[in-house]
Order: sequence, then C-alpha cells, then structure tokens
Amino acid sequence: MFSRPLFSLARSARMALTLTILSNFLTGLLTISQAWLLAQVINAVFLRGQTLTQVAPLLWGLLAIVIFRAAFIFGSEVNANRVAQTVKTEMRSRLVTHLQALGPAFTQNERTGELATAALEGVEALEAYFSQYLPQVVLAASIPLSVLLIVFPIDLLTGIVFLLTAPLVPFFMILIGKSGEALTGRQFAMLGRLSAHFFDVLQGITTLKILGQAKSQAQVIEQIGERYRQVTMQVLRVTFLSALALELLTTLSTAIVAVEIGFRLLYARMDFLPALFILVLAPDFYLPLRQLGLKYHAGMNGVTAAGRIFQILAMGAEVDTGKTDKIAKPANRPTFDFRFLSVSYTYPGRDTPALNGLTCHLPAGQRTALVGASGAGKSTLASLLLRFIEPASGQILVGETPLAQIPPEEWRQFVAWVPQNPYLFQDTLAANLRLARPDAAESDLVTACEQAGLMEFVAGLPQSFETPLGERGALISGGQAQRVALARAFLKNAPFLLLDEPTSSLDPALEAALEAAVQKLLAGRTALIIAHRLATIYQADQILVLDAGQVVESGTHAELLAKNGRYVRQLAVVSDQ
Amino acid sequence: MLRLLSFLRPYWSQVLLSVLLGALTIAASIGLMSTSAWLISMAALHPSVADLGVSVVGVRFFGISRALFRYAERLVSHSLTFRVLARLHVWFYQAIEPLAPARLTSVRSGDLLNRVMADVETLDNLYVRVLAPPLVAVVIILGMGIFMGLIAPQLGIAIVGFLLAVGLGLTLLSLRLNRAPGQILVNQRARLRADWVDAVQGLPDLLAFGQEKVWERRIQARAADFSATQTRMAHFGAAQSALNSLLTGLGVLTMLVLAIPLVASGQLHGVMLAVVVLGSMAAFEAVQNLPQAAQLLEANLQSARRLFAVADQPPAVAEPLTALARPLGAELSIRNLSFSYGESPVLRGLSFDLPAGRKIAIVGPSGAGKSTLANVLLRFWDYAEGEILLDGQALRAYRAVDARRMFSVVTQNTYLFNASLRENLQLARPAASSAELERVCRQVELGAWLTTLPQGLETLVGERGAQISGGERQRLAIARALLKDAPIFLFDEPTANLDPATERRLVETLHTVSAGKSLLWSTHRLVGLERMDEILVLEAGRIVERGAHAALLAQNGLYARLWNLQNRALTE
Repeated sequence: MFSRPLFSLARSARMALTLTILSNFLTGLLTISQAWLLAQVINAVFLRGQTLTQVAPLLWGLLAIVIFRAAFIFGSEVNANRVAQTVKTEMRSRLVTHLQALGPAFTQNERTGELATAALEGVEALEAYFSQYLPQVVLAASIPLSVLLIVFPIDLLTGIVFLLTAPLVPFFMILIGKSGEALTGRQFAMLGRLSAHFFDVLQGITTLKILGQAKSQAQVIEQIGERYRQVTMQVLRVTFLSALALELLTTLSTAIVAVEIGFRLLYARMDFLPALFILVLAPDFYLPLRQLGLKYHAGMNGVTAAGRIFQILAMGAEVDTGKTDKIAKPANRPTFDFRFLSVSYTYPGRDTPALNGLTCHLPAGQRTALVGASGAGKSTLASLLLRFIEPASGQILVGETPLAQIPPEEWRQFVAWVPQNPYLFQDTLAANLRLARPDAAESDLVTACEQAGLMEFVAGLPQSFETPLGERGALISGGQAQRVALARAFLKNAPFLLLDEPTSSLDPALEAALEAAVQKLLAGRTALIIAHRLATIYQADQILVLDAGQVVESGTHAELLAKNGRYVRQLAVVSDQ
Repeated sequence: MLRLLSFLRPYWSQVLLSVLLGALTIAASIGLMSTSAWLISMAALHPSVADLGVSVVGVRFFGISRALFRYAERLVSHSLTFRVLARLHVWFYQAIEPLAPARLTSVRSGDLLNRVMADVETLDNLYVRVLAPPLVAVVIILGMGIFMGLIAPQLGIAIVGFLLAVGLGLTLLSLRLNRAPGQILVNQRARLRADWVDAVQGLPDLLAFGQEKVWERRIQARAADFSATQTRMAHFGAAQSALNSLLTGLGVLTMLVLAIPLVASGQLHGVMLAVVVLGSMAAFEAVQNLPQAAQLLEANLQSARRLFAVADQPPAVAEPLTALARPLGAELSIRNLSFSYGESPVLRGLSFDLPAGRKIAIVGPSGAGKSTLANVLLRFWDYAEGEILLDGQALRAYRAVDARRMFSVVTQNTYLFNASLRENLQLARPAASSAELERVCRQVELGAWLTTLPQGLETLVGERGAQISGGERQRLAIARALLKDAPIFLFDEPTANLDPATERRLVETLHTVSAGKSLLWSTHRLVGLERMDEILVLEAGRIVERGAHAALLAQNGLYARLWNLQNRALTE
C-alpha cells in the first residue's frame, strides 16, 4: 500500500505533501473536538437544564470548528492535487526522455510498444493514488489513533472494543484485497469480455450479413448477456461477502459500544458526558478506515501503474549517447562510403542473431539494393545505419570514421529515410511534411509534393496542406503515405538515402508513378534500397543478397543472373512471374 | 431521458426493490444512531432495565440490518445493471443491423464504432450510480422531514432544507462549475493521448528527422495545459468537499440550536435532544454522492443522445413491401445501372449479363467503382437508375436476405471473429460437420496449416488466438464462400494487400474453387485473367473496354496499358 518508489516520487512536492498531511491531521483533531463540544452542549441542556444563552459560547465554538474544518478540507484537497500534478509532470517528462533513449527497437516491438503507449494511462493512474488514496491513508492512520488516545483514559472498556475491532477493519480490507479484489477483477474482466464480444459482432456485422447470419445474432447477444449475468452474479455473491463482513463489523461494534455504555450509565458506573462523546465518536472512528477500503482500488491501481513505469525506466538505453559525445566531432561532412566489418546484432530476447558477422561495402554515390527473404536481416541493417541500434560486435565505417563515434543526432542529419510504413502524425499534412524541415516555406512543400507526385492528392483535400491527417482527419491510403514519405525525403534533401520499398502490390498505374518519384529522389545520392520491386532491383549499381544475417551473393543484376544461384531463386519469389 | 428510462421499464419491480433496499440501508444508519442516542440518554435518567429493553433490541437490530440491507441492495442493483446492459446491447444491435454497412462506413468508421462502444459502456452504470442515488435520497429526505417534523415542524423544515442544500444546491453548483472545464479537459486529454501515441509509434520517424526534442517539448506543453485544467477542477472539487462539510456541520448545529429552546420550554423531552442531533448527522450520508451521480448522469445523457442519433438513421436499403419468393435461378443481368453515394456518380450506365456458369472480371484503377458494384449487388446500397435482374426479376423486389443468399463473397477485408476457427467457418453453414470443415480447408489449401495448429479447428482466432497471415485469412474467407455454396461467386479485390507471391498462389485457388459457378471478380491486379470469359474494363464508373484477355491486349487500349505497366519488368 505504501510503495516506496511511489513515495520517493513525491519528494519534489514535499511541501505540498506535508501540507496535505497536516491539513488532514488537523481535520481529524477538529472532528474529535466537534464531538466533544456537541456532547458538552447536549449534556448541559439535557441534564443541567441550561438555556440557549447559557450554552451560546459552546455553540460559537462549534461554529468555528465547522468553519475551520471546511477550510482544512479545502486545503488538503488543493495540496493533494498539487502533489499529484507535480509527480505526474515529472513522471511524464522522465518517461518521454527515457523512451527516446530506448529507441525504436523498444517502441516498435509489439509487446514493449504497447507498454510504452500504456505508460501515459499509468501516469494518470498515479493521480488517484496521490490525490485520493494517500490523503485517505493519513486520515485512516491519524483519526482512529487520536480517538484511541482520547477514549482510553475516558473509558477503558470502549477503548478495548475499539482497539480490538479496529485491526479487523484492515484485516477485512486485506481479505477484500487478496480474494475479493481478484474476484472483482474477474468481474471487470468478464464485463470487458462481454463488451469485447459485442464490439467484435459490431465490427463483423457486414460479414454476418454476407453470410446471412446477421438477424440471428441478436439472440446470441442476448444469451451471452444473460449467461455473463448469471456467472458474474455468482461471483459477486461471494465478493460482496467481505464487504458485508466489514460493514457488519463497524456498525455492530457501534451498537455494542452503545449498549455497553448504556448499561453502565444505567447503573451509574459512568457519566452521561463521556458516554455521549464516545457514541458521537464511534462512527467517526470507523469511517476513515471504511473509506480507505473504498479508495483501496485507486491506491492499488497507482501502485501497479507505478510498477510498470519503473519497469520501463529500469530498462537500459540502446544507443548510449553519453559515450559518443565524449569523442571529438568528425569532419563536417563524412564521405558516404560504408564498410560493414563483420557486424553482428541480436535482438533482445531472441536466440538467433539478426546479423551474423555481416561484411559488405556500399560505395559512395552508388545505389545498393538489398535482396533477401523476410528475416534475412535487411531491416536490421537499415536500423544500424539510422543508429536506432548499435552493433553487438564488429564495426561500421563511414569513410574512415567509425560510425559509432558520430553522435546519432548529428549523423541522422545526413540520412533521408523512406520507410515502408511511414508514420503519419495526427496533425495537419503541412506539419507531417515539415517534420523533415521545420522551417520549410509553403512553396517548398509544394515543390516537394510535386516531386513526390502528391500534389494531385493535396489539391483534392478540403484545406489543402492544413488538412488534418490520421484518425480524426483525411484518411490516407498506403500509396499516398508512401508519397508523403518521399516528399519528406525531398524536403530533407540529405546526401544519403535509405529506402524501404513497400511489399504489398499496388495498382499498376500507382506503382509506376511512385517509381518515377523514387528515380528522381535517387539522382545524385548514395542510396541503400531494401528492394521488393523487380524494376528497382536491376537498376541498382550493386545488389547484395542477404540470408541469415550474412551477405551470400553480391554483384550487378547481370553478374548475379550468370551465377544462377541464390539471387535467381530469390528473384523468383519477388517476381513470381 | 425518457427514452433512456424506457430501458428500465421491464424491470421496474427490481428498480423499486433496490431503491427500497438502498433507503433501508441509510435508514438503518439513522436508526442505529437515533436509538443509541435514545438509549444512553434514557439510561442517564436511571430508569428500570425494562424501560431500555426495546431500545437495546433496536440498537442491535439496526447494527446488524444495515450491512444486510447493503448486501441485498448490491446484489439486486448489480443484477439489474447486467440485465439493462444486455437489453441495451440487443436493442442497439437490432437498430444498427439494417444500417450496416452503408450508414456506418463513413471515413471514420473505426472511430464511430469505438465511440459507440465507449457510449454503451458509459451507460453500464446508468442504474447503479446514476439513477439509484437520487431516488434513495428523495426517500430519505422525505422520511427525515416527516420524522423530524413530527417532533417539531421547524426541525422538519430545517433538516429538509439542509439536506436539499447539499443534495440539490451543491449538486447543481458543481455541475455548473465543472461543465466548461470538463469539456476542455476531455479535449486536452485526447490531444495529449494523440501526441503521446504519435511520440511512441512515430519515434523512428522523429529520430530520423531529428525532431525528438521538439516533440518532447510539445508533449510537455500539452501536459501543462492538461494539468492546469485538472488543477482548476480539483479546486472546484475541493470547494465542493469543503462546502459539503460546512453545510453538514451547519445543519447539525442548526438542529441543535432549534431543539435547545424546545427542551428548555419543555416542549421536547430532553432525551430527544441527542436523538435529533445524532439522527440528523447520519442522514447526510444519503446526499453525499449526489454531485458525482449528477456528473455521471450528464455523461450518460450525452452518450445516449449519440447512440440514438446513430440508431435513428434510416436504412440505406428499404425492404420491399411485398417481397418475391426466393430467387431460384442465378442468372444476373445488369441494365444501364448508375449509382452515386452523394453528388458525383460512381457507376454510369453499366450493362452486362452474367448467365449461370459465366466468368466475368471487372478491372480498372482504384476508385473506378468496382467495389461499389459489389455493394449494390449485395443490397448494401440501393440503386437509383437502371435495373439489376436476378432470375429475371428486379433485385430490389426480393428481400435483401434472399438476394444475398445467391452470392458467395470474398472481399479484401476478411473479418475473423474473436472465436474458434470452427465457429468462424460455421457462420457460413451452421450445421457443417468437422469432416466437412476439414474437407473445405483442404480444398483451399489450408489442410497442412490446420494440422500445424495444436488445437486444430478449435484454435482461437484474433487477439486472444493464433496469429493469422494475410494469405491464410483470405483462404479462410474462400472456405467460408465454399461452405455457403451459393450459385454466384463474388470476389471483390480478394488479393489486395498481399505480396505478389502470395497473390499468385491465391489466384490459383480462387480459380479452382470457382470452377463451374458463375463468377464476378473485381480486381486492380491483372493476374490470371486469361481464364475469364469476359473482362470489363472500368474507368470512372464506365465500361470503357470489354472482351477476353487476348482481344483486349490486341486493342491496345487502357487494359493493354495497365497490363504493360504491371509487367514492365518482363518486357524491358
């Protein structure tokens, strides 16, 4: 419940946290004082027959307590929010920085990528922990303890009842936590599954219609709903038992205290004033503990979320920028002549290496095409050149300089990358293009789009370059996304081009247009192309055939054809014609 | 609101029961504190034990019953929630079924479905957390008013006043204060999320273009805005909690101030003073959660409004008033068919015949209208001009379900349900036996693949199940088409999104399975068309060329041009 790393997070908001705790503590003390004054007033009027004027000072005191109590509640919540916001801001900032350091190898991996996306929700889950759970913990600790301290000297017997029952409250809470929460979790999971089924049916409604099963599904939905209800209710009957026990405990002990002090009053073994005071206090003694139970879920969510976040933060960064920074910067513009010297790389969590002692040469000013089955290591090679990952062993030389000695940010300025599936940001088309050159004028955008063959599409957009893309904007087809990537490359105008051709087949006219744009882009640049198109392959100056992380053949199209080896077999797969 | 409440109508007795139980729970609390107060006040006067007997029983009864009432109330209300939810699902499905896919395939269909689901889920808590609390509060406020009013009218008025001040006044205030920032917060959260997803998923692009720091600052700026709004709302929330505490305290104090003179003047027995004060304190529990319920109510109403807006659309295709019997023959004849989704026509004056057993391909660039034709034939959209004759009668004279019965369809986007392979296949023929399913899988060349799956036909598909490649997915679609066994095969770009090698093999299978049936195959890839009886070349909704493969190549028109573009590699 008290997670140490979580608590350490609040360090930067120490002042606000202290104020929260202090306000809560004072609220607790005022609650007790209020009970005391109330008992005083009733005692004075009921047993001593005093009038309104006689008890007026006590009533004014009560009014003051009521007002101050409200003020402290306000202060506590305001400060708790400040703690939550400070912690969240810090966590978000640390996460962004760290995710960028972890690099694409982490974010593009299906499993870890999901983790990264979910991290934002995790940060939000911290909100409830700091603004609701933590203050409640303070209340739950301070009020019952203060009450005990005050009640024991007044009435030993009640003190013992309180002392014996109080630990049972957390006990039942833990019970709810251990078994009940798991069951409630299952209920949520079931509700989730019910929704998932419904969503599934809605998504597949066209398919159902085509197969003539659409009408009958209503019945299936109804049956599944009823079945889930029955199963879930069985679970809930048990789950709610712990809550029942908790509630029974608190109300029943109030009842026990009332009866017990009632009888002692009757036999004049106790005075009315302390008896009433204890009775007024009894619900307040259990209330904070019970409310902690209600907020337990928010607290646990915060702890799990924090666990996931710290798990990400504990992962090591792929490219150690600190190391490269120490090395003297290379000559302004390297020669784009690449040598891979027995480079190996294995993805974390995999057994077989993606690159296995790969050695090759990409001559400056030439087009090299990479050919190979999927998994042969083509994308890994590209990731290395983009500095998304670093070789486990071996070396990459750019001209005479080891690539590892150039700071990645600096190196990437020389590389234009056209990925197979370019990412389109949920922003305007202009913003998506300006990624490549933030200061580009609109005329530059027009030129780049013309070169990429995208202008026709832009002209058809309702707000031209300012049209938002992505889920909430204009929908972009695969072919158009490719051209956006090409336009970005034209805008960037970098000396080294890294091109990853799309694998799926497009409409022939579209494909021809794309190819023309690519040819324009290739002119005058050193290029490495992960090739899937026959036309691209045999226009290359050099072809490298990759298999199992090694270059197995290299040469021009004609040379490789003459060899009639791996290349020819690979070609058959690519073209299949 | 009324329409939303109509979902509860069949369960009114359970609604009543759960409100009653909810009110009894709080009444038990009030009872516990009141009788306890009475008990010790009475005891202070040292009467005989017998005088306390009833109150002792009362205290014990209330002490136990509160927890039991709460338990029963939770069971009843949760069961009710599930019933309402199931009803909501069925209602929405039945409303949306005639609309699909025409009214749901806008540009943002994915978005629409996600929103619908979120809205349905919001309505989950309609009963438990939205409707029940105010109903319970009304019962308690009335009860307290009567109880205190019987002791003294001014006490009744005061307690009702303070309970209403918290339950109604504070609720309205918090609704009003939170409405505007709440809306802003929703938008800011969406923006922050979008930027975050972009930063994570688009990281390679950001790094490659050296924009990662810019993006980092952007996220921080968004987060700062979001945080500012959250803080504003937290301050409102803090003020609300403070006011709640203040009003409760003032309420109790007022009751005390009003009761003291009554005691002093002998109108009220001194024993009742503690009863009045402690009973009032307990009553405020009934109005504590109303502001929260009101905010949920608002969210519920918005969700309901959106759902009704989707469900109330007229279907794209009207069923005939008096439908013909099911078509028997599969002869299809399209006469001068034109169609438009909105302004600009997508199909213009299409005419062709598909007698039983004939194979026709429809080719042309993306956007030429190929998929539209399939949508019209499947009665997803209605046609305005021209006529489609099926078995010699107008297509729209049949019930849509009967018309669809004539087609076995394979489209480019095959949807597989989150269920077993068996269930996915049996959708096409519910009574199909395992042997039949396995035979069909072998026919579509999935036999070997099926044997590699540890659970065979029982393997789950989708998120929770096996990863299925694009090629396998399409083969499953073909298997479904075979199981459906309709006289006309309708292929709508079945090989789009596949790589050339997979495409080539799939085309083979498609040809094999459709042997002997009528076939209408639309595609932008010119692969395997030599085997078609006729090819219609579509451009901008018009048939610009028609004929067999060889003849079209000889014409040297659009078809020949597309063919050359596609096969450049071989000719150069």
